[in-house]
Amino acid sequence: MSNSGFQVSMAESLKAGTRQTVQAPFGLALAELAGKHEDVVGLTADLGKYTDILPFAKAFPDRYFNVGMAEQNLIAISAGLAKIGKVPFATTYGVFATRRAYEFIAVLCAHGHLNVKVFGALPGLTTSYGCSHQAIEDTGLMRLIPGLTVIDPCDATEIGQVVHTSYQIAGPVYVRLQRGNVIKALPEGYEFRHGKAQIVRQGSQIGIISTGLMTAHALDAAAALEKQGVSVAVLHAPCIKPFDAKAVVEFARSVERLATLENHVVAGGLATLVAEVLFEAGVSQKLVRMGLPDEYIECGSPGYLMDKYGISSARIEQKLSSMMKN
Amino acid sequence: MLTNQSPPPPASFELLRERAHQLRRNMLVQARGKGQGYVGQALGTAEFLSALYFNEMRYDAARMDDPDRDRFLMSTGHYALSLWAVFAEIGLISRDVLPLYGKDAGPIDMTTFDAVLGVEITGGSLGQGLGQAVGMALGHKMDKRTCRIFIETSDGELQEGSTWEAAMSASAFRLDNLVALIDCNGIQADGAIVIDMEPIAAKWQAFGWDVAEINGNDLEQVVNALVGARTRNGRPKAIVMRTKPGKGIPTLEAREKSHFIRVEAAEWEMLEQELERNYV
Repeated sequence: MSNSGFQVSMAESLKAGTRQTVQAPFGLALAELAGKHEDVVGLTADLGKYTDILPFAKAFPDRYFNVGMAEQNLIAISAGLAKIGKVPFATTYGVFATRRAYEFIAVLCAHGHLNVKVFGALPGLTTSYGCSHQAIEDTGLMRLIPGLTVIDPCDATEIGQVVHTSYQIAGPVYVRLQRGNVIKALPEGYEFRHGKAQIVRQGSQIGIISTGLMTAHALDAAAALEKQGVSVAVLHAPCIKPFDAKAVVEFARSVERLATLENHVVAGGLATLVAEVLFEAGVSQKLVRMGLPDEYIECGSPGYLMDKYGISSARIEQKLSSMMKN
Repeated sequence: MLTNQSPPPPASFELLRERAHQLRRNMLVQARGKGQGYVGQALGTAEFLSALYFNEMRYDAARMDDPDRDRFLMSTGHYALSLWAVFAEIGLISRDVLPLYGKDAGPIDMTTFDAVLGVEITGGSLGQGLGQAVGMALGHKMDKRTCRIFIETSDGELQEGSTWEAAMSASAFRLDNLVALIDCNGIQADGAIVIDMEPIAAKWQAFGWDVAEINGNDLEQVVNALVGARTRNGRPKAIVMRTKPGKGIPTLEAREKSHFIRVEAAEWEMLEQELERNYV
């Protein structure tokens, strides 16, 4: 399914500048978790190296299984393991987990309330490899599955916290996974709280609700706008499902202008969720949706593509400035 | 209900035949209550279900959550009435509920859900069973448990690519605690098998499984094949069973479109009589 003879360094491709990075935060956290819990099993479908699960595999070779290029089987085997009391963490690319193995996640894992944790790498435009590898609609697909938890962590610290939290969550979990050298972007002391969105920057004139890696870009853009005298708040919403409607409604009411930002098509994901909860709460507010267009996207480095499609820090900064003129 | 591990003495074949016959009665009661159903497939399963639940498998029907139990997975969920027929005999459900098969808000559905005690996997979507069986067998190997996984799959289901993904992994992981019973009844939703799957036994052999090919409606052959499948040699076991839809009721055996049988209200009594007459 996958030609993976390349490795993208997120730090290089995104020109993260002075931000610290952590190599393979997922695998490190999984190895730590497995040291505490004997029922943790790790599986992959020929993408062990490319989904950062190797630190776990090295530490616990007897609990690591590579099923080959067979994503449906990856999920089915994980379901079988979960049925007899294991807690399987299955990795592949997000596109393969969600497009190819969707029915297996829905019928086996979600309908059966099984403890299967699926980590799908290469969310949105974090790969150079084009449509086949860019998970641009995975959040939308997965949030529709009843009983499935869906999380889009922002940075290396949060990925580690989500690994530990997902073990505690009863039932299936889908996580959008950043791999390789993953930046640290969230404020010191930040802690992932399941089902919660958290304000990671205070402000009043513009409020950005963002998820995943995009919260890092939102913070960059907010810092840049502050120099122009514009106060920008950022609400980080890593939990797509369950979604923190209360925090979103309160946040929307606290700012003058509102935007959403996601590394995903603007339909079906974060922007749609925000519109749903605001409308339901009777909050009528103009909403600027930043994210990917309704089309498949070409090959190109993440930095180049994010800039072209308007989700780089610089492009977000421009967009926010234009919002102030309206 | 802990069954022994040695081959049954010849006398017990008679007992297993009686069990199979009672399963067929139970199936017919369900289909009659519903007025229609997947009774053709079900009737073809009576022998192997009798051999499994009343001879080969080690389990205690009062403790179906025992982690060390042998498990039977029905991969073709639309065979549910086969399973309910068994459950009525081992006491997981009452025989009284059988006529309520497939009724709105009824106690037994037309397909299988794993929330029901004794049902190991949710069926309905074909091609999802064997991979789960591999996961269970793999987990039991990790835990050094001696219990085994038995799974029914069908010739039509072999058309699902995911079945072969699972077959590939079972031999790669050396799962000799896994036994697949392949119900080859020659039919699928659109009628007679629409894509030729032969040679079925050779395909499983090529995937690294130990294979036996038998008449799945011959109880002795089924029992003996299951005894043969006890060998722990690092290879998963496949029993290719040739079965006849409608088996035991000549009128249904002869019916052409037996994937989903519709029977006129007046016919049921005749079919029940045929079943009794045909049982010798």
